[in-house]
Amino acid sequence: METFYYIIGGILLLALVIAAFRFFQGPTAPDRVIALDAMSIILTAGLVMLALVFQRFIYIDVALIYSILGFMGIVSIARWMEKGI
Amino acid sequence: MDGLFQRFAKDKEYHVRFVFSWIILFAIWMALTSSLQIQEVLTGVITVGIVASFTWKNFTTKGLHYLHPQRIFYILLYILVFLKELVKSNFHVAWIVLHPKLPISPGIVRFPTRLKSETAKLILANSITLTPGTLSVDIKDNMYYIHWLEAKNMTDEEAAQSIAGPFENLLIKIFED
Amino acid sequence: MNIMTIIGMALTTQGALFLLLGAIGIVRMPDMYTRMQAGTKATTLGAMSFILGIGFMEPAWLLKTILIVVFIALSNPISSHALARAAHRSGIFPLSRENIDLYKRDNQEDKS
Repeated sequence: METFYYIIGGILLLALVIAAFRFFQGPTAPDRVIALDAMSIILTAGLVMLALVFQRFIYIDVALIYSILGFMGIVSIARWMEKGI
Repeated sequence: MDGLFQRFAKDKEYHVRFVFSWIILFAIWMALTSSLQIQEVLTGVITVGIVASFTWKNFTTKGLHYLHPQRIFYILLYILVFLKELVKSNFHVAWIVLHPKLPISPGIVRFPTRLKSETAKLILANSITLTPGTLSVDIKDNMYYIHWLEAKNMTDEEAAQSIAGPFENLLIKIFED
Repeated sequence: MNIMTIIGMALTTQGALFLLLGAIGIVRMPDMYTRMQAGTKATTLGAMSFILGIGFMEPAWLLKTILIVVFIALSNPISSHALARAAHRSGIFPLSRENIDLYKRDNQEDKS
């Protein structure tokens, strides 16, 4: 079982690094925001997996709140790009 | 407080709409606490009652309308069709991303919709975003603007047929008539 | 090791692979809108099946994981839709071989 967690965690970490590449390189601002969006979803999945690894039910709430905050952040950045503050 | 009761009195369907939002919010409460202990459930009944009495006006447009058995059947059918399209679109994306030449010819097309309810338009836009090769960019009145990976010069009706085809009829059955 | 755990492990592995695919798509695609297509679709299904798989591996958590899955399925397309519209309004237009951009054309007609 432990090997399984290591493999899954490794895949998620690889995905995070690849998305971060676009975040640093992206030519325009929306490109960076897309990469940020993908990274926040990957991190949500990672938090749910940590809840399973440490057997703590409360970490699932953390993942839920994290995904809500990520969604609000992306939408407010989009509103800002559209109209200015 | 008086204003609240006046708002209650003006609306004919108010008690049904209140019950409907109470049912939905209580289902969410049960999923959030996920326990059947008596004090949790009692707290839920009272809290959800308070929250529903403040928010039913904004959350609902019709009463128990959506809990009719026929509509529930169509909602379940919609979820099945949606999951099928979601899996299909992911394999489509996988094929494009892993293909060495990236076989795409993108562009933005448009099509008009027959839906009138705002919620139905939102759900259709979300479903279009998650179906193969399409991404909704904007909705103006009843015109959808769709970024498409295989855009061709075509009339609005053809675009509607090939993009919104599986979803629109089901949504009309769920939200209208 | 029972049947639920095996289903959960399969779903989780599939979800992780789709998340990886989404990240690769974000890097490989040529312009912003196509990147958004790959990013939104692959990460949505990836996160949904990953979290549902965790729910299957620990059946007491199933209801709450389903709540997170429903929230992701509803919120992820909305944020990408808002972002696409904002990008188009701030002057980033899609690459198009045959120059099909009806949204730009209609906006210009509205102005003139």
